[in-house]
Amino acid sequence: MAEDKVKKEKVGRHQMPEQAPEVRRRNFKEVPLGYTAEMAQAEAGRCLQCKKPACVEGCPVGVPIPEFINRIAEGDFVGAILKLWEKNSLPAVCGRVCPQENQCEGQCILGKKDQPVAIGNLERFAADWARGRSEVPMPPLKPKTGKKVAVVGSGPGSLTVAGDLIRKGHDVTIYEAFHKPGGVLVYGIPEFRLPKEIVAAEVNFLERLGVKVECNAVVGRTVTVDELLENEGFDAVYIGVGAGLPRFLGIPGENLMGVYSANEYLTRSNLMKAYLFPEYDTPLVKGQHVCVFGGGNVAMDALRTAMRMGCDDVKCVYRRSHEEMPCRAEELHHAEQEGIQFFYLHNPIRFIGDERGWLKAVELQEMELGEPDESGRRRPVAKPGSTKTIDCDMAIIAVGSGANPLVTATTPGLVVNKWGYIEADEAGKTKKPKVWAGGDIVTGAATVILAAGAGRKAADSIHQHLTWGW
Amino acid sequence: MFQILSKTELAQGTVVANEIMAPKIAAKARPGQFVILRVNETGERIPLTMADTDPKRGTITIIYQVVGKTTALLKSLNVMDYIQDIAGPLGRPTPIEKKGTIICVGGGTGVAVLHPITRGFKQAGNKVIGIIGARTKDLLIMEDKMRAATDELYVCTDDGSYGHAGFVTDVLREQLTKLGSEVKEAVTIGPVPMMKFCAKVTAEFGVPTMVSLNAIMVDGTGMCGCCRVSVGGKTEFACVDGPEFDGHKVDFEELGRRLTAYQKQEKEAMDLYQHKCSCAANQ
Ligand SMILES: Cc1cc2nc3c(=O)[nH]c(=O)nc-3n(C[C@H](O)[C@H](O)[C@H](O)COP(=O)(O)OP(=O)(O)OC[C@H]3O[C@@H](n4cnc5c(N)ncnc54)[C@H](O)[C@@H]3O)c2cc1C
Ligand SMILES: Cc1cc2nc3c(=O)[nH]c(=O)nc-3n(C[C@H](O)[C@H](O)[C@H](O)COP(=O)(O)OP(=O)(O)OC[C@H]3O[C@@H](n4cnc5c(N)ncnc54)[C@H](O)[C@@H]3O)c2cc1C
Ligand code: SF4
Ligand code: SF4
Ligand code: FES
Repeated sequence: MAEDKVKKEKVGRHQMPEQAPEVRRRNFKEVPLGYTAEMAQAEAGRCLQCKKPACVEGCPVGVPIPEFINRIAEGDFVGAILKLWEKNSLPAVCGRVCPQENQCEGQCILGKKDQPVAIGNLERFAADWARGRSEVPMPPLKPKTGKKVAVVGSGPGSLTVAGDLIRKGHDVTIYEAFHKPGGVLVYGIPEFRLPKEIVAAEVNFLERLGVKVECNAVVGRTVTVDELLENEGFDAVYIGVGAGLPRFLGIPGENLMGVYSANEYLTRSNLMKAYLFPEYDTPLVKGQHVCVFGGGNVAMDALRTAMRMGCDDVKCVYRRSHEEMPCRAEELHHAEQEGIQFFYLHNPIRFIGDERGWLKAVELQEMELGEPDESGRRRPVAKPGSTKTIDCDMAIIAVGSGANPLVTATTPGLVVNKWGYIEADEAGKTKKPKVWAGGDIVTGAATVILAAGAGRKAADSIHQHLTWGW
Repeated sequence: MFQILSKTELAQGTVVANEIMAPKIAAKARPGQFVILRVNETGERIPLTMADTDPKRGTITIIYQVVGKTTALLKSLNVMDYIQDIAGPLGRPTPIEKKGTIICVGGGTGVAVLHPITRGFKQAGNKVIGIIGARTKDLLIMEDKMRAATDELYVCTDDGSYGHAGFVTDVLREQLTKLGSEVKEAVTIGPVPMMKFCAKVTAEFGVPTMVSLNAIMVDGTGMCGCCRVSVGGKTEFACVDGPEFDGHKVDFEELGRRLTAYQKQEKEAMDLYQHKCSCAANQ
C-alpha cells in the first residue's frame, strides 16, 4: 500500500484537454473539455489522502476533498457527488471558476514539490458526471413546515439558500430582476468559461425540488422587502443582489460611444447573446482596437469576449504589474495563449473621440510601483512625463463594482456601511428583523464560493429562526 | 408571460397602443415610470413608458412608435398573444404636486408618455396648459385624451395640416410671454431636438423644465451604465436617476449622439426582419 503511494506520487498532474487557442479564440464554446472517467480516476489516484488535509483548510467552505477524491479514485462517482454536496451546492460551477491556486490547490501538499492535485477539475468531473443521471438520488425533502422564505436575486448565494431551505421543508420563492435566473453566472461569466446550460440545470434542479422562481421581479420597484414580509406572508427574506453597480474611471470622454462598463458589455454578450446577432436581437459593436481596463476575472472575460467577437487587436491595460493581477491564473494563461496583449503599469487618463462622438484613441499614463498600500500591494504611481496615445475604438471598463442601492434604499431598517454594502453578522443576519443577506452585497465583489458559503450559513440561520424563533 | 388584451393602431399604424395584463406592475406604477420588455426568447430588452394603468383590471397600457425590429415585432403580436417578459415599474415617478400653472409640451409619441403626467398635474389641482405637435395631422396622437387632461390644449403640425402651423416651441413661447411668472413649471417630452429647443425657450423665461430622456437601456436597474447621460456636467443613469431630469442642464447633443450607437446593427436587424416577413407572406 505504502509502496503504491510512492509510485503514484511520480505521476504528473493530468492536464484537462482544451480547445486549441487558435480555434477557441473565435468561438464561444467552453475552453477546457473535461476529464474522461479514466483521466479523473488517474488524477484522483495522485491524492495522498492526507490525514490532516491542508487542501480543506484552503477551501472557504471546507469541502471534504480527500473523501470525494477517494470516491472518484474508486469509481464511486455517485458517492463523490454526494460528498461534494455536503458542503458545496454548486460543484459544477465552483470546479470551473474557483481561484483554486489560492484556495484548495494552493494548499495541497503535493504542490510543494510537484503540481497539486487538480481538485477543481475533479470537482467539475464529478458534478458533470452526475448532472441529469437517474442513479444520483434526489436529496430527501423534509415534511413541509408551512413557512415561506423569499430570496431576492438568483446568484450563487441565493441558489444555495433556496436549495438548502426547500430541503428543510420551507416554501421558497426566488425573485430575480432579470428575465433569467443565475446572477453573475448568467449575465457576467461567459459561455466559454461556464456554459449557461449548467446554470440552467442547477436552477431546474431547484425547481424540481419545488423552488418557485419569479423573474422580471425588481425588488424595490415591483415589490419591496417590507411588502414581501407584510403583504405576501413571507416569514423571512434573504437578500443576495450582488454588487451590481458599475464603477467608471471618472476621466474625460467616458460617455463617448464605444466606451462600455464591463457589466454592460458582458450582459449584452452573455445574457442577451449579442454574439449571436442578428439571430438574437441585441447588438454589440465589434471594435478594431479594443482596450480593457482592469486585471481581474471580469477584465479577462471582457478581453476574451472581444477577441471572440472578431477583434484581432485586444489589449489589457492594467495599472499594476503581472504579479498583482487579481484574476485566476488559468484565465490569464488562457488569455495570453489566445493572443491578448498586456499593457502592465499603464493607466488611462483620457478618452479621445472623433467628430461623430465615437471613441478613437485613449491616452495612457505610464506607472511605476511605489510603496505598498492598505491591501499590501505596491501602489502604482504615475511616472512623470510619460504618457502615450494609442488607437482604441472600443474601451471596456472593468475596474470593479459597487453596491447597487435599489434594494437597500427601499428597505427601511436595513443598515448599510459607508460603501452601501449591507451589514450582516457571520450568519447573514442583518439589523432588520426577519431579513438576512449574503454574497457580494455584504462583502463587496468577491467569489462564487464565498457567496455560496454565505448562502449556506444564512440558510442554517433562517432555518433555526423558522424552527425555534431565534 | 404577459397577455395582450387590446391593440389599437394610431397615426396610420405607425404608432400602436397595447393594453397588457400585468397586475403586479399595474398596482405599483406611477406617472412617469416605464417598463422594460422582451418580446420573445431571442428578443432585445427595450424600455417603454406606461401611458396608462388600471390597477383594478391589473393592466398597463403601452404606446409605441414602430421604429425598428423590436417595435415591429411587437406590432406583429395580436390580442391574446403573449409578451415573454415585462419588468417594472422602473425609473423614478414624476414628482407631481400642486404648483399653479404647468405647461405640458409633447411631440410625436412623446405625447403618450406625457399624458399620464399631464393628467397627474391636473388631478393635483394645477392649471394645465397642453401643447402637442406632430409632423402632420395623421400622425397626431391622443388629442382627445390630452384635451380631457388639460385646461387648454394647443395643437401644432409642422406642415400646417391641422392646428397651428409650425413647431410646439412657437406656441410655448407665446404662452410663456402671455402668462409670465404664473407658469411654475414646464414638462416637455418628445424627440431629443424638440426637448432641447423647448428647454432653450423656457430657460429664457426662467421656468423650471423637466424632460424625459430616452437613453438606450439594457437592465433598467442601474447595473450596466448603458443609459448614462450628462446632466449639469455630472453622469447620471437615466433608468434609476431619471428618466426625468432638469432640461436646462441636460447635454442633449451627447444624448442624441449616443442614441445612434447601434444604427448600423438596427438597420441590419430590421432589413433581415422585413425580408423574412415578406418571404413568409409570399409563401
Ligand atoms: C464577469 C465576472 C466574472 C467573474 N468570475 C469569477 C470567477 O472566475 N470565479 C469566482 O469565484 N468569482 C467570479 N466572479 C465573482 C462572482 O461571480 C460573484 O462574487 C458572485 O456571483 C456573487 O454572488 P451573489 O450571490 O452575491 O449574487 P450575484 O451573482 O451578484 O447575483 C445577484 C443577482 O441579483 C439580481 N438582483 C439585483 N438587484 C435586484 C433586485 N432589486 N431585485 C431582484 N433581483 C436583483 C441580479 O440581477 C443578479 O441576478 C466574477 C464576477 C463577474 C462579474
Ligand atoms: C425610459 C424610456 C421610455 C420610453 N418610452 C417610449 C414610449 O412610451 N413609446 C415609444 O414609442 N418609445 C419609447 N421609448 C423609446 C423606445 O425604447 C425605442 O423606440 C425602442 O427601443 C426602439 O426599438 P426598436 O428595436 O424597435 O428600434 P431600433 O432598431 O433599436 O432603433 C430604431 C431607432 O430608434 C432609436 N432607438 C433605439 N433604441 C432606443 C432606445 N432605447 N430609446 C430611444 N431610442 C432608441 C435608434 O436610434 C434608431 O433611430 C422609450 C425609451 C426610454 C429610455
Ligand atoms: S469549492 Fe472551490 S475552493 Fe473549495 S474545493 Fe471546490 S474548487 Fe476548491
Ligand atoms: S492536500 Fe492534496 S494530497 Fe493531501 S488530501 Fe488534499 S488534495 Fe490530497
Ligand atoms: S439601463 Fe443599465 S444602468 Fe440604466
